[in-house]
Amino acid sequence: MIKNPYFRERIAFTLLFIATAIVVLPVICILFFIVKEGWHAISWEFLSQMPRKGMREGGIFPAIVGTLYLVFGTLVFALPLGILSAIYLSEYAKDNFLTRMVKLAIINLAGVPSVVYGLFGLGIFVVFLKFGSSLLAGSMTLAIMVLPIIITTTREALDSVPQSFRQVSYSLGVSKWDTIRHVVLPHALPGILTGMILAVSRAAGETAPILFTVAAFYLPRLPKSIFDQAMALPYHLYVISTQVPNIKLEVRYGTALVLLMIVLSLNLIAIIVRAHFRKKRKW
Amino acid sequence: MQYQVPEPKRTASRILKQEEVESKVLIQVKDLNFYYGTRLALKNVSMDIPACGVVALIGPSGCGKSTLLRTFNRMNDLIAKTKVEGEILIDGVNIYDKDTDVVSLRRQVGMVFQKSTPFPKTIYDNIAYGLRLIGVKDKHILESVVEKCLRRAALWEEVKDSLHRSALSLSGGQQQRLCIARALAVNPKILLMDEPCSALDPIATSRIEELMEDLKKEYTILIVTHNMQQAARVSDKTAFIMQGELVEFNITSNFFTNPSNKLTEDYITGRFG
Ligand SMILES: Nc1ncnc2c1ncn2[C@@H]1O[C@H](COP(=O)(O)OP(=O)(O)O)[C@@H](O)[C@H]1O
Ligand SMILES: [Mg+2]
Repeated sequence: MIKNPYFRERIAFTLLFIATAIVVLPVICILFFIVKEGWHAISWEFLSQMPRKGMREGGIFPAIVGTLYLVFGTLVFALPLGILSAIYLSEYAKDNFLTRMVKLAIINLAGVPSVVYGLFGLGIFVVFLKFGSSLLAGSMTLAIMVLPIIITTTREALDSVPQSFRQVSYSLGVSKWDTIRHVVLPHALPGILTGMILAVSRAAGETAPILFTVAAFYLPRLPKSIFDQAMALPYHLYVISTQVPNIKLEVRYGTALVLLMIVLSLNLIAIIVRAHFRKKRKW
Repeated sequence: MQYQVPEPKRTASRILKQEEVESKVLIQVKDLNFYYGTRLALKNVSMDIPACGVVALIGPSGCGKSTLLRTFNRMNDLIAKTKVEGEILIDGVNIYDKDTDVVSLRRQVGMVFQKSTPFPKTIYDNIAYGLRLIGVKDKHILESVVEKCLRRAALWEEVKDSLHRSALSLSGGQQQRLCIARALAVNPKILLMDEPCSALDPIATSRIEELMEDLKKEYTILIVTHNMQQAARVSDKTAFIMQGELVEFNITSNFFTNPSNKLTEDYITGRFG
């Protein structure tokens, strides 16, 4: 055994550092690789043109727009539903067997493979409700997939609001719902936004849930309504990587780069908003 | 909902009829039993609390002082599996009646907690919070109430130039006075204080005690304290509780000089607790 505390400190530090480096390194490599291979493909034309010649030429404009629509649609359905049910579960539901089962089910839903959500969406929205393969069906499918994320993070955020704030508010003759709206939610907002960030990344990046519910193989125009099919970046990437021979490698990496940039910039917006709300709290 | 700015109610007639005012009973506790689950925490408590003045609740820790205090604004309702038997009448109305509006009860019976808990908002917003939520939107009313309550809580001079600073930038004693001002803003007539000075230094403590001296002219104050000197200094009547039972409830001067119960005597002479 090494007795010298100085050496033990060094060893602990080195181990922790190596562990962190091993975690971070692949991320950096992937980023570096995609940027290096992909940035040649990025041009105004690539970003703003319809694909041509079986997607071998032209741009990826409809896929970018489709992904943005899908992310937006997902949030429209998932945010209100997720936040409201999280409020119900955390603040109102009695702690009984049924509630515990519901909470457990929600946590487990987060682990369901995304292709299962895709099949579910196909069955319910596309076929049964007759939405067809459409932005509506795709958004709803993605919304169901991200609901557990939003509910779980929102509940964590609500639970982290000190109980004393609620008590003070009640003691001032403020009702429960007003207390939630004016004390609990503002305090939990940064945490809720974190859930939104995770949901956006997931919705923008998944291929399987949109495969059967919205994604068009090749559709060189923009969707006209919520009942229209749309192209989307992750599926487009899958198509050009596996289904279209003789496509230039840089187009694939370029598409991946665009998808990455979209997710990162949506996250960035949410992070800035979150920082703004954190600052508004007067600590 | 009509909101009235709390005005100091010190009229000439009020001061003249001081004895009469003191003899008027505001709160009647009748055969109160309180249960946490199956555990009986208050046993058969009965007491008549006069309007205006300070009542101190003392007793060894865990005897039920906080529990008793929370029965007056029904904060115990928030704890699961609790049960109340008996009655508490405020102005002759049983607050444990089926159709009591708990929200408006809590506006009548304000509370100051042991740990000062300002919201992470500005000083101004902390005090305006309760008012805004009963629908007061008029900026002038809000401003005048904020100023009045800060003056009543002896904090105005210290913060009048920084009303829009975070309440958390205040010192511990200032924060506790802010909490008192915040409670006053919704115009209660009873003020419950649960060991309000236990986290404060002696100087901050004496400022709160002075403040209570002033507030008791308009408000009925119930204070839990573990400090017998404090009870003797600030209160008009003192209640001694032991193991959930009200042992003695007496005029403070009698309580400490000539207790009528052997247990009280043992407690104040430090033989236990
Ligand atoms: N939330 C609670 N749940 C169960 N028992 C409690 C709770 N709060 C207090 N008690 C019990 O009730 C008794 C009285 O507590 P409390 O009123 O806080 O005493 P005090 O304020 O005099 O120190 C204690 O024995 C305590 O363990
Ligand atoms: Mg206590």
